[in-house]
Amino acid sequence: MADHDTAPGTAKELGAFLERRREQIAQRWADAALFRTVFTVSRDEAVEACKAVLDALADVSRSGRLEDVEAPGFGTVRDQLGRMAAARARAGFTPVQIAGEVAGLREPVTALLRAEFQDDADDERVTACTQALAVLTSTLRLVIMETTVSAGEELIARQRQQLLEVATPVIKLWDGVVAVPLIGTLDSARSQVVMESLLEAIVDQRAAYAILDITGVPTVDSLVAQHLMKTVAAARLMGAECIVSGIRPAIAQTIVQLGIDLGSIITRAGLADALAYALTQQGIVVSARPVTEAGPR
Amino acid sequence: MHAPITSTTRLPIGSDADLAWVRQQVRQAAADLGFNLVQQTKLVTAASELARNALVHGGGGHMEMTVLAEGAHRGLRLSFVDAGPGIRDVELAMTDGYTTGGGLGMGLSGAKRLVKEFTLDTRPGQGTTVTIVDWVSGLPAPRTGAP
Ligand SMILES: Nc1ncnc2c1ncn2[C@@H]1O[C@H](COP(=O)(O)OP(=O)(O)OP(=O)(O)O)[C@@H](O)[C@H]1O
Ligand SMILES: [Mg+2]
Repeated sequence: MADHDTAPGTAKELGAFLERRREQIAQRWADAALFRTVFTVSRDEAVEACKAVLDALADVSRSGRLEDVEAPGFGTVRDQLGRMAAARARAGFTPVQIAGEVAGLREPVTALLRAEFQDDADDERVTACTQALAVLTSTLRLVIMETTVSAGEELIARQRQQLLEVATPVIKLWDGVVAVPLIGTLDSARSQVVMESLLEAIVDQRAAYAILDITGVPTVDSLVAQHLMKTVAAARLMGAECIVSGIRPAIAQTIVQLGIDLGSIITRAGLADALAYALTQQGIVVSARPVTEAGPR
Repeated sequence: MHAPITSTTRLPIGSDADLAWVRQQVRQAAADLGFNLVQQTKLVTAASELARNALVHGGGGHMEMTVLAEGAHRGLRLSFVDAGPGIRDVELAMTDGYTTGGGLGMGLSGAKRLVKEFTLDTRPGQGTTVTIVDWVSGLPAPRTGAP
């Protein structure tokens, strides 16, 4: 028998032991950082969480699939383990450190195991059970590692999504006037988000004017221009007029030479000019500043 | 043709993120060579068009960026290389507004207008290479605020 193979009898025996000593093990685990710092409402909550993990381990042992990360027994606690690992990761622990904490759960169980079999002369059974426990804990570690990895991927995807939204705030400038200051690269994904949030804001704010400020967009090529035109057309369908502001001189020259006709779009040099235009159109006069633009071009 | 060549950089074109990187690198190189803001913007925009064509129509490829020196003149040569389907009718593809992909159809013709030299080399089934060259206009720009 290879020494990492666990005899079915031993696996069952380990399972029975975990079940029998459920309360004691749970009491010891509850003080481990892995549980204590995650289940903070009460100690009882932590103890319950420990018991859930123990029940799962006992189940896996009885099924004899000690080395199988896909063992059905883990199914009931996978979510909980994921939450625990995520909480530790948020607290700044690396996956390796978290794995170390999981490995640390073995020690108190081994101690109980030895104590229980102390009177027994049967050394071989103790050794076999401790080894089986070692196998089981490393499988548990793998299960948790797996959840941290997928949590990491999820986190990146979520942050990317958040960035998309954060980077495109729609601001209400005046009654009926909304604006989006665009910053950075306007790729297709960003443009989609801009268009959606702008249209939403037009509806929510009953806006008649929407300003797209591209001061922060470094390059306007044919794709960006196309996105701008589509957004303007969609806003128009919603009953709002779009004004594109912040086209810098170098970009204006480039767009013209590129051959793109933005003639159907109302443009203004800056955000302030665009707002002035929208207000004037609505018959609002801002007196502190001479009105330079009046009426459609 | 343009000698001596001072340095060549090769950048991959395989994703939207690569396109952003290409634009940044071209802008940086153009600024370092002393291109003025309008020239920089035109060159970066042309590069953006051609890199996107290599990605979207050519299935990806790479850009080769070479700094050129001819006497006191400094220039930048950018080659966009892909091994895609090639362009069957170059004249048609160079027509303003012609697109096979729902674009504006201004990329190729527009890029040509934005730079001093433009060459298109394509073989159906083999791929496409578009090379553009631009020279720093006038006297070499004074190195303002150089590190
Ligand atoms: N590298 C290439 N490989 C194969 N076909 C190309 C390549 N570059 C351009 N084409 C063809 O030439 C056509 C015109 O290109 P052009 O860049 O002018 O317009 P577009 O890419 O379709 O739209 P956009 O205005 O957004 O750039 C394309 O639709 C495509 O059929
Ligand atoms: Mg194109």
